[in-house]
Amino acid sequence: MLTAPLCDLPALAAMIPNGAQLAVPSENCGVAMAATRELVRRGVRGLHLVCVPVSGLQAEIMIGAGLVETVETSAVTLAELGPAPRFTAALRDGKIRVLDSTCPAIHAALQAAQKGIPFIPLRGLIGTDVLANRPDWKVIDNPFRTDDPIVLLPAIQPDIALFHAPLADRHGNVFIGRWRELLTLAHAARHTLVTVEQITERDLMEDPERSPGVIPALYVTGIAEARRGAWPLRFGADYPTDQEAVERYVAAARTDSGFRDWLQAWVAPRPAQALA
Amino acid sequence: MSAAFTSTELLIAVIARLLEGCRHVVTGASSPVPGAAALLAREISGGALRVNVLGATRNNSFTNGGVELFDLAAQGRIDAFFLGGGQIDGQANINLVGAGRYPDVEVRWPGSFGSSYLYFLVPRVILFREEHTRRVMVPRVDFISAPGVSPSNVYRPGGPYKMVTGLGLFAFDRTRCRFRLESVHPGHSVQEIVDNTGFDFDCPGQVSVTPAPESSVLQLLRGRIRGEIAEAYPRFATSLAS
Repeated sequence: MLTAPLCDLPALAAMIPNGAQLAVPSENCGVAMAATRELVRRGVRGLHLVCVPVSGLQAEIMIGAGLVETVETSAVTLAELGPAPRFTAALRDGKIRVLDSTCPAIHAALQAAQKGIPFIPLRGLIGTDVLANRPDWKVIDNPFRTDDPIVLLPAIQPDIALFHAPLADRHGNVFIGRWRELLTLAHAARHTLVTVEQITERDLMEDPERSPGVIPALYVTGIAEARRGAWPLRFGADYPTDQEAVERYVAAARTDSGFRDWLQAWVAPRPAQALA
Repeated sequence: MSAAFTSTELLIAVIARLLEGCRHVVTGASSPVPGAAALLAREISGGALRVNVLGATRNNSFTNGGVELFDLAAQGRIDAFFLGGGQIDGQANINLVGAGRYPDVEVRWPGSFGSSYLYFLVPRVILFREEHTRRVMVPRVDFISAPGVSPSNVYRPGGPYKMVTGLGLFAFDRTRCRFRLESVHPGHSVQEIVDNTGFDFDCPGQVSVTPAPESSVLQLLRGRIRGEIAEAYPRFATSLAS
């Protein structure tokens, strides 16, 4: 029997309600693709997706499947494979609202939430159309100097953070290693949901080499084991991107019907994972 | 093909030369050519140059998450960075968001990434865009992801330094707010650049030809650098000559 915060994948996905503000990391960290598939199966709707600070295949699929109402991001890109076709189509058809941001603004706004402060100043941005299109951002004069305009960003406190990590223990501690933005994200979010490659019987906090790279159970609401849970995306040194699978996706998603067929096959119950 | 080097190899070599004297260079998302150039410059510097390639693990020494790049930039600890754009104009404004009237753009690109911030803070921002056409080099960008210059009261230690395209190398004069053509890549001409540029730029009477990569540079590129860049850009590495 799994005891909280450990649960299975469907139970983890069930903790994400319609309309949630959901924050997810870039493909440089662990993207919870297996959990994303469960979210698509559940047919969650109206999400406000916050990409920390950019997203790729995950945002692309969630947008294509109609889960997302608003996407707040610095970019949506499939990197070497070019533009994200369903993201582009959804924007063209007016099916989603995009809040264009810039990477450091998303990081800084999460850091504000981490500190429990309402806003945070950030350099740059003045004179950009990014700022011009964000009425929720303000420019003030630096109160400590004269004639020094600076931008203020409201804190981003996501309802839920969702990502994939290498290891968790039965107490709910999650090892993230070098990917410190996941720690910030967990500190900022109201709830953190994690899929992991493996659950260990050892207490991660008792290992002095690991504990500095651990998100303590205090911040973690749910953990589900999902081996190769970032697939078809790369996961650190554990596995590379499954280029063939992603290329198959990109080829299919060029058209709406191609995407529908791909999605149907992807969410169909099956014993082994296969993308197409 | 009689050419002893590819156009990609030339671009990598050109960019690597622009990094001379830097202490720390970072390359961002979707930047395989700048990534290879920075790794090449590190080799040429004998390891004096520090390089961080986003998306890499071995060639990336950051331990404070995604925010570390931006904190380093704000502190002046990064000497050079690379930006591109779906559109670039004669004032070095860059647009990474889309062509057409925002938000109902006709063509949507990925987004501004960190440009709206790093363009202000990194002293040598090198604009790199291989496609040099009137579609890219426009009179006025449709969306300013980051402006080329700012009013004097805006905190801005950084900004555009050079622009490298598939046709030539430009310098940007921040006081005059104009590009100046520095050299034309082998096989191309000033007229070709003028014909394919949608804005005015300064052009000296005599424009030199961009020097070809030295054979020692080509050897490094086809050996060690090709292997190093594969970590972050496997498809790109495969496309490089070996």
